[in-house]
This record gives sequence, structure tokens and C-alpha cells, in this order.
Amino acid sequence: MQSFPCPFCGPRDEREFHFAGEADKIRPDTTQTISDAEWADYLFNLKNSRGPTREIWVHTPCQEYFVMERDTATMDVIGAHSLRKDIA
Amino acid sequence: MRSYSALKVLREGLRGHTGWQPLWRSPEPQTNYDVIIIGGGGHGLATAYYLAKNHNVRRIAVIEKGWLGGGNTGRNTTIIRSNYFYPESTRLYDLSVRLYENLAREINYNVMFSQRGMLVLSHSEAEMEIAARTVNAMQLNGADAELLDARDVQKKAPILNFRDDARYPIHGAIWQGRAGTARHDAVAWGYARAADELGVDIIQNCEVTGFSIQGGRCNGVETTKGKIHADRVGVAVAGHSSVLAEMGGYTLPIHSYALQAFVTEAVKPVMDTVAFSPMTGSYFSQSDKGGLVIGGALDRIPSYAQRGNTPMQETVLSGIIEMAPALAKVKLLRHWAGNVDVSPDSSPLIGPSGTDGIYVNCGWGTGGFKAIPAGGYLFAHLLATGSHHEISRPFDLDRFSTGRMLDEAAGSGIAH
Repeated sequence: MQSFPCPFCGPRDEREFHFAGEADKIRPDTTQTISDAEWADYLFNLKNSRGPTREIWVHTPCQEYFVMERDTATMDVIGAHSLRKDIA
Repeated sequence: MRSYSALKVLREGLRGHTGWQPLWRSPEPQTNYDVIIIGGGGHGLATAYYLAKNHNVRRIAVIEKGWLGGGNTGRNTTIIRSNYFYPESTRLYDLSVRLYENLAREINYNVMFSQRGMLVLSHSEAEMEIAARTVNAMQLNGADAELLDARDVQKKAPILNFRDDARYPIHGAIWQGRAGTARHDAVAWGYARAADELGVDIIQNCEVTGFSIQGGRCNGVETTKGKIHADRVGVAVAGHSSVLAEMGGYTLPIHSYALQAFVTEAVKPVMDTVAFSPMTGSYFSQSDKGGLVIGGALDRIPSYAQRGNTPMQETVLSGIIEMAPALAKVKLLRHWAGNVDVSPDSSPLIGPSGTDGIYVNCGWGTGGFKAIPAGGYLFAHLLATGSHHEISRPFDLDRFSTGRMLDEAAGSGIAH
């Protein structure tokens, strides 16, 4: 069993976490006209990198979404930080 | 010339097996080919074979970074079936089953396809209703399917849990009699041998390090054995599809996950069919050597690590013990994982990649092995003619922008 770090709760069992998507994906500006291909690209296409990646995860018990940096080939966790700019 | 027969086996038996020849050559790559196929697994080798045989393409290279069938082809749980929900999927997977039925004869290589049938178990009356719907869909699509009640299931697989106090009591099952298992290495080796005989160059231990792209068009690949030219490049690399996509300048809707499998020590024959429980996500069959071959769902975490992690091991193995408590004390012999390429609608991606000259065959997720003959057959058609076969047309990548998706996560019984 691997432990994953929650920026709020500290290291916890990996089963408490859910993968939510790749980080740094920018939603197209839907106030402008966008093509089906651009929208599909945002919805479905992925980098799916082998090696170090930045991903959004959620820690289910505290419901906090955060960025986790991981190596997808070695499964090492490099770091985790909150998506909030200021933590009260 | 090199064909196998009972007579030849007998003769070699008497001669101490000294007369067998290598199944394929190991040539150095030439500088020019008509078509290059990246990936020497089942799909890549089948593609090369059908390209040479059905489309008469002469100069074909299959480039494999490791050894033949060393990726998912050698790591799967060897189940072959076509129990899908949508007509498009059934056409695809049933083509595969039909090609498998004749494969050993066609390529003169025993792939040990055993049509022992498969049970998809139902554990409640509500699941029985869904099972009836699936059986109807399969029959309408022209695949064979039958709805069994608990008594029928017990006759076919008495080792399953029929106790009154079962956590997941068996109410019945979807039965596909033409489903079964095959020897996975033999599928790769058989296709390799047949392709080699038709002049295909199979180049092992040669990694593709990049694509040669000029004016937006791909005209070959860079490899650890130098540059190789071809007007058309087919990519059939399963879990590593996104890695090649990044090199080739196109993007794919693919997530890579580890998928684990298990084999137990050999036991006496206890199971002569395949049983799958969607409730626990576990399935098993018994190999010809006697080991129970066990599989389940994907790992929870996207990864390229070709090894499993413990939460899913627990889920799969506890599911097996729930399905067949008599197996609780059987020891595991081996455990491994392969990297699978999962698409958003659980259906494969076959078509132009988005970069001119590069075509992809990927997204088979957890079900690539059963699709090897059809995947190769249709991908060969695409590479030879530049346009889709009518069966592969619905699986083009454009379905994500047109919205015509084939969401098979439920129909196939397991999320993949």
C-alpha cells in the first residue's frame, strides 16, 4: 500500500484518494465561438506523460482537490500542494 | 516448406528435435519500406501479416523495442469473446472471434484456441433483467448468447459459490459458447512466422526514438538502428501510444493504467469454462497446465509501471474467493501487470492520427488480446488503402468531435 500526501491531512492511505485529471489543462473561452475539434481536444485529449507529471487529485475524506506531482513510471510521489492561493 | 504436420512432429521426435528451424529471420533494417509498423505485439504482427497477405504490400517492417509479444500480448489472461452491446462493437469483436476460429489452420500454427465458453454471472434479479437485455442485444447483433438460470450455471461450473448464504448469490449468467481462451505467445509467434514467410522484416531490439516529419508529413522513423523511410507508419503500441503521440506531434484521448493478472499453482481440473463476476470485477479460467488464470479491473491510479499495486490485488483476489470459496487455499504462483491504453468510451481507436502518414491502432484497454486478428485485419486495410474498412469506420478518432461515441463500459461487463 502506498501513502499519498494530502496537503491538509498529511500522508494517508492511497485508497483515500481519487485521480481527477491532468493539471494545467485550460478550458477554452466559451464566450467565443469554438470548434467541435477544440472542445473535444479539451474534453478528451491527454498528455498522459511517462515520467514526472502534474495531476489533480482529490482526498475523499476532506474533499480537498490538490495538485500532486508524481512519476508515472516509478510511482514515486514528488510533491503535493493546494490549489488555493491563500490558505487560511 | 517449413509447414508443420503430425508427420513432422513424429519425425522430429525420433530425431531428437534437431531439425526445427527458427520461426522468423532477424534481418537488419533496410533504409526504405512501403509500410513501417511500430510495435511487435499481436496487433502489429497481425497487421503485417494481413498487409502482406490480403493487400499484397511487399516491403513491410515491424519494429519492436524489446522482443516479440513481450508487452501486453504476453501478459494478458487470454480470454476471447464478443459479448458486446452495440452493433458496431459486435461486428468488430465477432470478426475477431471468426478469424480466431480459423487461425491455427490459416497460419499453420497451433494457437490453442479453445472455445470453452464464458459465463458472465448475475447476482440479483435486477442483474438478471440487464443480462436478458444484453443477451437480446447480442442475438440481434448476430453473436451467440444464451441466458442461463442458476441450475444451468451450476452444471457448467459446479466450483462456483451456490451456497444459500453467499454474499453474491448466483441467479444466472450470460453464456457465450463460442468464447474461450488461446495461447497468447502462440498468437504472436504464429503471426510472426506467417508474416516472415510473406517477406515481412521483423526487427527486434530496435526502439523508435522519433518520427521524421517534413512539411507536416511523416516519411519515416528514427530508431536506435538508424533512420528508416516509409510513406506510411502504423503505430500499434498499446500502453505507450501517448509516448509515440508526443514524438509524432498528435494527441490521443488515452490514459495508461496498469492491469494486473495472476496465475496459481497447478491444480486438478476444476473449471472448464471462463467465469466472470461483474459484481466483484474478477474472472478466472483454468489453463491447460492446470493453473488458474485470474484477472480483474484496472488499477485505480494511472501509471506506466508494469507492476501492480496492492489495493486492486485485494479486490480481485477476494472477488475470486467469493466466487469460488473452494479456491481460498490455492497458492499464487505469479503476479504481474501490463500497461493498457484506456479510451474515454472504452472502445478502440483505429484511424489516421492527425499527423499525415501516421496511423494509430490503440485504445483497446483491457481487451486487446481478443481483438488481435480483427485489429490487424482492419489496420492492414487502413494502411494499405488509406481509408477505413466499414467495420473500423465507427472507431475513428473523429468520434470524439462528432459525438458518435461507442460507450461500451457497461456492455462489455467490465470497465476498460
